Amino acid sequence: MKVRAQIAMVLNLDKCIGCHTCSVTCKNVWTNRDGVEYAWFNNVETKPGIGYPKDWENQKRWNGGWRRRKNGRIEPRMGAKWRILSKIFANPDLPEIDDYYEPFDFDYAHLQTAPELKAFPTARPRSKITGERMEKIEWGPNWEEILGGEFEHRAKDYNFEGVETEIYGAYENTFMMYLPRLCEHCLNPACVAACPSGAIYKREEDGIVLIDQDKCRGWRMCVSACPYKKIYYNWDSGKSEKCVLCYPRLEVGQPTVCSETCVGRIRYLGVVLYDADRIEEAASTENEQDLYEAQLGIFLDPADPAVIAQARADGVPEAWLEAARHSPVYKMAIDWKIAFPLHPEYRTLPMVWYVPPLSPIQSAAAAGVLEMDGDMPDVKSLRIPLRYLANMLTAGKEAPVELALRRMLAMRAFMRAKTVDGVIDHPAAERVGLTAPQIEEMYRYLAIANYEDRFVIPTAHRETGEDAFDLRGDCGFTFGNGCGGGNSDVGLFGKPRHTHGHTPANTPAEA
Amino acid sequence: MATEPVTAGDIGWITQAVFGYYPYVALTSLALGSIIRFDREQYTWRSGSSQLLRRKQLFWGSTLFHLGVLVIFLGHFVGLLTPIAVFDFIGITHGQKQVLAIVAGGVAGIFCMAGALMLLHRRLYDPRIRQTSSFSDIAILIMLTLQLALGLLTIPVSLQHLDGGEMVKFMQWAQGIFSFRPGAAAYVADAHWIFKAHLFLGLTILLVFPYTRLVHMLSAPVWYLNRRGWQLVRTRRDIGAKRQPEPAK
Repeated sequence: MKVRAQIAMVLNLDKCIGCHTCSVTCKNVWTNRDGVEYAWFNNVETKPGIGYPKDWENQKRWNGGWRRRKNGRIEPRMGAKWRILSKIFANPDLPEIDDYYEPFDFDYAHLQTAPELKAFPTARPRSKITGERMEKIEWGPNWEEILGGEFEHRAKDYNFEGVETEIYGAYENTFMMYLPRLCEHCLNPACVAACPSGAIYKREEDGIVLIDQDKCRGWRMCVSACPYKKIYYNWDSGKSEKCVLCYPRLEVGQPTVCSETCVGRIRYLGVVLYDADRIEEAASTENEQDLYEAQLGIFLDPADPAVIAQARADGVPEAWLEAARHSPVYKMAIDWKIAFPLHPEYRTLPMVWYVPPLSPIQSAAAAGVLEMDGDMPDVKSLRIPLRYLANMLTAGKEAPVELALRRMLAMRAFMRAKTVDGVIDHPAAERVGLTAPQIEEMYRYLAIANYEDRFVIPTAHRETGEDAFDLRGDCGFTFGNGCGGGNSDVGLFGKPRHTHGHTPANTPAEA
Repeated sequence: MATEPVTAGDIGWITQAVFGYYPYVALTSLALGSIIRFDREQYTWRSGSSQLLRRKQLFWGSTLFHLGVLVIFLGHFVGLLTPIAVFDFIGITHGQKQVLAIVAGGVAGIFCMAGALMLLHRRLYDPRIRQTSSFSDIAILIMLTLQLALGLLTIPVSLQHLDGGEMVKFMQWAQGIFSFRPGAAAYVADAHWIFKAHLFLGLTILLVFPYTRLVHMLSAPVWYLNRRGWQLVRTRRDIGAKRQPEPAK
């Protein structure tokens, strides 16, 4: 056993209202630069839909994630190392920018400077790449917002596998949910495995997956290897970039920007201890539907004295062990089993987990056609098909998702009985395998969602890794060339930013 | 080969400057420029792929160009810098070696040229690529295409003398440069102008190499094949443990 700690995230989709505050604050902090205008380290998709980039879940098309070979070992879906290297000149598995969307800005200045016209002046879009006029915007990071577009198009959603898709095209049966997505900071990251330069790595202390911007050579294999398509190639700098889980904030004990600003308070951050020696074993599990349980199996109980002793021996700081014992992620994923990994079948062992959403009961159930489970609606009568959620969260295995939904319904029935009728409804808790105190704790975490409960983040211990005396008075985050900015003024190596094709950003104030 | 080195006075100062001194200027720039850029500005050290912006024309263009260039590069490296005695020892005559060079270089050159023209057309006429290209991106592609054209044009000249004598002179010149022999320029003094232009442009490409995207060549990730396992983990703990003294027991 080798104990490692990771800061993991859980998103409670039951409470996501799709406001995109996470995406916008993330963009303002991390990707408001040339070359990554099209990149959203965090984006919120409307499901069902094919998402951003288009069809990202279809690994037959993009070859992301891992595949289990006949001999029981896993290798990236892109192939063995020589196969990956053979794609270096032209990568057949790489999306084009149109699969994300061509970034654009609007001619805001025209609104100010237009002469008197018969019609109102409009701000028309202009490409951020070529500076040319764009007649039509075709796609974006949430183009299918609130089921926008035709059903035929979103019916290609990969999660409809095994679901009778056609009936959900009818207005009476339609359903939707939001899916905020960011880098999964996987235990078995395919991007790391596919990087020929060895520039991508996982940090041992907190499990954050980062790209060394100095070592990245822009071979762009990681973009293909990541099944979540959460690595973005910066076309301006020629380097790949990804979500950094706001490590400068986490290191000082603050939640990530997306978590901090989430108005629905759906995000949770906490420490999970896992056995690093069993990562490969778990990722190689034969049956895809067992991968969720296999990943649960390598998470370690932070209250177990044997685990604590080994963690100390492996150098996990005491504050981290303490945080692990109060981890909201551990409670939701392991204690209550209401959170699940996104697409475990990719075999990357993702570490951003999701609580599936409840949904209104179908009109058929309301009319008494479908069954009720006592006072509670049977989860099969909920609008979002169980199989659809299972395809997304457990490789199609319905039982774990069903139990989670029943527990969330039981929590509502229990609390309703308590606050409305003044009764402690023990049977409601016991029917779903929980106790009354557990249900009340669940309620505290899911419904009240206090800041201190959602974010239990131990600070990093830089004092053990770096000499603060050396850091004093230096330039902070640099490109490794002293206080240089990576671009010399004389333009010998770099090219000037804002090449001639770019229109300068016109703001109404400038105009 | 009994070609006697000649002094600068016999071959003219231009020839001596271009083929005697310029190679050292180019090689010094290549070495020093690459080292300084790698050390100071590694963030700018990348392949500069534009596949994300436009897949069209890149797929065949880049594949043909790179495969061709690899063969040509290897051919020039081995062909020019292997001591002549080695070929004599193996029993390959100069004529045979020249025919081999013409055939292999010709085939690879045509593949490479097809790729280069596709890439050049894409870079100049695709608005997305044109607008995101720097001066050096366009300049180096034009230089490489010209160099390829010159290289292919030497084939008809070579076909007129298949004894390998001319080729041996180029080998002697290259090896003379690398072994710091003062009279090396004399070996190429009477070569056809196409050869001379090819040599000059080649040296110029070496000269500008560190200031263009070509540096990605030096980072060709062949070591990846040798990586044990798949995953990489970095830690700060070891650094800290090494620096800090053992705590008192």
